[in-house]
Amino acid sequence: MDELIFFINRVLISGTVLGSIYALGAIGITLIFGILRFAHFAHGDMMTMGAFIAFVLATALAAMGIILPLPMAFVVLPVAMVLTAILALGIDKGFYAPLRARGAKPVTLLIASIGVTLMIQGLIRLIFGSGTKSIYVAGESKDIFRFDMSWAGGSRPINITEPQLIMFVLTALIVVALHLFLTRSRLGKAMRAMADNADLAQVSGINTALVVRVTWVIAGSLACVAGTMLALDVALMPDLAFNIVLPIFAAAIVGGLGHAYGAIVGGFLIAFAETLAVFNWTAVLRPLNAVLPEGMALPANLALVPTEYKLTVAFVILVITLLVRPTGIFKGAST
Amino acid sequence: MSAASAPRSGWDSPLRRGLLLFAAMFVIVVVVGLVQGTASILLILTQATGFALIALGLNIQWGYGGLFNFAIMGFLMVGGASTVFLSYPVNMAFWESDGPMMLGRALAAFIVGVALVMLARRVDRIGIRGKWRAAVVALAWFAAYIIYRTQIDPAAAYIESTAGFVGGLGLHPVLGWLFGGLVSAVIAFYIGRISLGLRTDYLAIATIGISEILRALIKNMDWLTRGTMTVSPMPWPTPLPQHLQAAGMSIPDSFMYARLMFLGVAVLILVIAFVLVQRAYGGPWGRMMRAIRDNHISAASMGKDVTGRQLELFVFGSILMGIGGAILATFTQIFDPSGYQPINHTFMIWVMVIVGGAGNNWGVVLGAFLIYIVWVISDPLAQLIFLNLSQLTSSIGWGAIPEIDSRALQMRVFVLGVVITIALRYAPRGLIPEVVKRG
Repeated sequence: MDELIFFINRVLISGTVLGSIYALGAIGITLIFGILRFAHFAHGDMMTMGAFIAFVLATALAAMGIILPLPMAFVVLPVAMVLTAILALGIDKGFYAPLRARGAKPVTLLIASIGVTLMIQGLIRLIFGSGTKSIYVAGESKDIFRFDMSWAGGSRPINITEPQLIMFVLTALIVVALHLFLTRSRLGKAMRAMADNADLAQVSGINTALVVRVTWVIAGSLACVAGTMLALDVALMPDLAFNIVLPIFAAAIVGGLGHAYGAIVGGFLIAFAETLAVFNWTAVLRPLNAVLPEGMALPANLALVPTEYKLTVAFVILVITLLVRPTGIFKGAST
Repeated sequence: MSAASAPRSGWDSPLRRGLLLFAAMFVIVVVVGLVQGTASILLILTQATGFALIALGLNIQWGYGGLFNFAIMGFLMVGGASTVFLSYPVNMAFWESDGPMMLGRALAAFIVGVALVMLARRVDRIGIRGKWRAAVVALAWFAAYIIYRTQIDPAAAYIESTAGFVGGLGLHPVLGWLFGGLVSAVIAFYIGRISLGLRTDYLAIATIGISEILRALIKNMDWLTRGTMTVSPMPWPTPLPQHLQAAGMSIPDSFMYARLMFLGVAVLILVIAFVLVQRAYGGPWGRMMRAIRDNHISAASMGKDVTGRQLELFVFGSILMGIGGAILATFTQIFDPSGYQPINHTFMIWVMVIVGGAGNNWGVVLGAFLIYIVWVISDPLAQLIFLNLSQLTSSIGWGAIPEIDSRALQMRVFVLGVVITIALRYAPRGLIPEVVKRG
């Protein structure tokens, strides 16, 4: 039983946490790719930006002496989401829209997004310094819930932290809301139509400029959620999301670029693949030692990949996907 | 675009424009040299020469062939690690231990693994086809991986605990640079084989993924590269400042002359590479490459082997990147895998090529020097601005700005972002654009 609890703590929970963050980021990337047809490289830094906005708001709130039972960064999240969405719209207007208007190739937009990445990173470091910060302001702490498993014969509890729990609920809500938006609302249908065929959508009278704006609003606000959650779960630093933008891209490509559900599936797939690859299987299979013959005992470390190579797992999956099925699991946009 | 129009004058003439810009750059170099001192500008120039070589490599790939490569950092690391292996002094502790023996066994395991995969790929000959063949191949990959890991893991642990790392072969650094180019070429060949068929944006993601894999490998293979413990001091092809001091030179002079000699060697290599690359551009080979870049479908219909030619470009470009990376590692005398960042080593090269003018070698060299100087001097300039601002804020009672040193350093990243954005918006074809000859 203890082995199962260990597995749940180490793989199920941390895999779901990572998967939620990857999925929320990948939805934004995949939507932008579907509508605007370019790989938005600055998405990771948009996540970081969202997290820092939440941090500033939380600090301001705490300075006003407001104490709440939930982490402050979570309370200010709606406001931070709105601000990040506005900034995302501004970035599009200032840097991408002029290039699009000139009819620049997607590659040019990709390079422009690198420029945006550099500017956001530079600005964040300029303002906040390059050190690690805690997003828990005013003496808040990360609450840990321990579920006692003695009723099932386990001696250790299942551990889950408060932000992780919030994140599960929030991700589920966002996914359902996004699903309803894309399938039920007029605007959502317009978005899907434009992702399918932009010219046809425009000819059918869909307001493509509005669709572009909505895309940035959704992508920006989801990036803010993902960034803040990541900061709550780990720590707040300027290169918070820059390091995970590549697995997020891998998730979006594995799911099929331009395909929102694919991004969610891809996010969880990549996250669990990473967690399982570095998981030490000896911890779970230890009871087998009693059955195995003498001299065949399991080695102390039976992880498929050493922990240092955790990030490479995503790329290996990415490369294999690109070779075997370049359109991804769900047949994403092909142009 | 306007290249076809008959008489050009002033700013529009590529030659005059190029001369003016190079003259402007010369003035900047002189000014920086006067402000920061000769030894300092020689340091910047030598590093800029290395980056110019790398930028030429990217120009072959992106400017000539339209191939997107975000794996530059990976090739620089490969070049650096290769030159460490060839030119670092011999580590006798390793050669006298059981290390070589164990590495030999790991190599044998690797060959067995490769053989296993090769055999598995041919099972269709004995009637195993389709999905079953794929399953057998996957199984063979897995088995090969396990076999290799069982041999390399103990060997790595043994070497790391006894001799530290493999050490070098003690050969001349220039040989190490060439070796860096060679290893880069081999790796580029396989990367190209895997990924060049992909569309541009997929290629961008795939190559940046590959460069991260290369970084993870070089950073964590402590037995080969010493990983995060770094390797230093690396030998120079020219006398080190310490040697000149031993010969009786004063300390400032020794740094100046040592760097000057190194700069000479680096510039020589840059000139050789430039002449070769420029001649290739003008010849039938370059014309074919541009044809493939501009319309690969029509080029293919004319009987050009598009994939093969693109692979050629990718490999040639990567050789220059490997050599450049090796020169940079040798010059700084330290190989530190954790010092490699995508911003400094991939994106900056892209900014150099885009700002300079993709497809035009003169432009790319200009861009490399200009951007590197901007990158370096943004730090002291930002410090100056911050210090003045800090005086202002403290005089009006807001207090001084904290951590000016570390913040000013980050200004470089921001400036780089602003430069590329402005370039894309107002000079998308670069400072010295490619000259398109028609008719």
